[in-house]
Amino acid sequence: MITPDLARVETLWVYLATDPLLWLTVTLIAYVVADRISARFGRHPLANPVLIAVALLAAILTATRTPFETYFQGAQFVHFLLGPATVALALPLHRHWPLVRKAVLPILAALFAGAFTAVVSAVGIAAAFGVPHPILASLAPKSVTAAIAMGIAREIGGEPSLTATLVIATGILGAIMVTPLMVVLGFTDWRARGFAAGLAAHGIGTARAFQVNPVAGAFAGIAMGLNGLVTAALVPLILRYF
Amino acid sequence: MIPALTLLLTCQLVGEALARLFALPVPGPVIGMALLFFGLRLRPAAALDGAPLATVAGVLLAHLSLLFVPAGTGIVRHAASLAAHGPGLIVALTLSTALTLAVTAFVFVKVAALVGSRAEPGS
Repeated sequence: MITPDLARVETLWVYLATDPLLWLTVTLIAYVVADRISARFGRHPLANPVLIAVALLAAILTATRTPFETYFQGAQFVHFLLGPATVALALPLHRHWPLVRKAVLPILAALFAGAFTAVVSAVGIAAAFGVPHPILASLAPKSVTAAIAMGIAREIGGEPSLTATLVIATGILGAIMVTPLMVVLGFTDWRARGFAAGLAAHGIGTARAFQVNPVAGAFAGIAMGLNGLVTAALVPLILRYF
Repeated sequence: MIPALTLLLTCQLVGEALARLFALPVPGPVIGMALLFFGLRLRPAAALDGAPLATVAGVLLAHLSLLFVPAGTGIVRHAASLAAHGPGLIVALTLSTALTLAVTAFVFVKVAALVGSRAEPGS
């Protein structure tokens, strides 16, 4: 029987811990497992793949005492693909353009109503609980995609890395809530459901929308892009009153 | 595959450059999405099923959830801050997200009914 001696195991760990390969692979494994679980539960909203994968990875990082920075050296290759994936949203937008063109007025009305509700309700409720101002500033842009939200937070005196966390939490909450909420409210229009998911829960909501229906996915992508613009203009105006 | 991926990255790169040159409040990838959209209006064949660009975009969008996992894992760094302001932040996030979803879908449906914009063309 061959037993690897302890020194070799240690050398192996030193290699793995410093090479991006390990955490890139672990990220992919966590996602594959999460996606299987999500499929097993028939894509039930609570079995959200982002939530499950993040929970698995957080547990592994904590158990191995791996700093987030080390983890991210491997995971950055996956993170990087968010850029080209955003560009790729042009395809569903192009495919469903005839539907989109006919819905310009509902899109604009829902965009302004939704963007306003997102900022005022988040900041208002948190302020009522006595959450201090710098954290309110980090919370205000929570519904827009992380890159834009962090930029907004920086400009109004928030803390960008806290904003990133609140943005992700909002995305996961929105992706979980959207289907049951729409069913309870009796909304069956895929355009409206997708638009709401992308507006309130940015890319994670958009990912959920694509899981459910292609038209919903296309409208979610539009909402995500447009809400970034509107929220950037809206947040500084609204935050003055808090 | 590679030319299609190159096209996506080129759109993003031009978008990032434009955003910085003109200090636009829009992130580079969103400008890149607009550029690719206008390109597809000119050459719709690239968006047909089976075209390399459609295949690559399909793979990326089918696994959009995966791409948020690294940023999501960043929550481990802020767990303390979230816990410190616990109830306020959690209630604000949950209620505000539910309210935003409801208001957005409600306004969309009502305005669509008002202007006669239907989900299925001709239905």
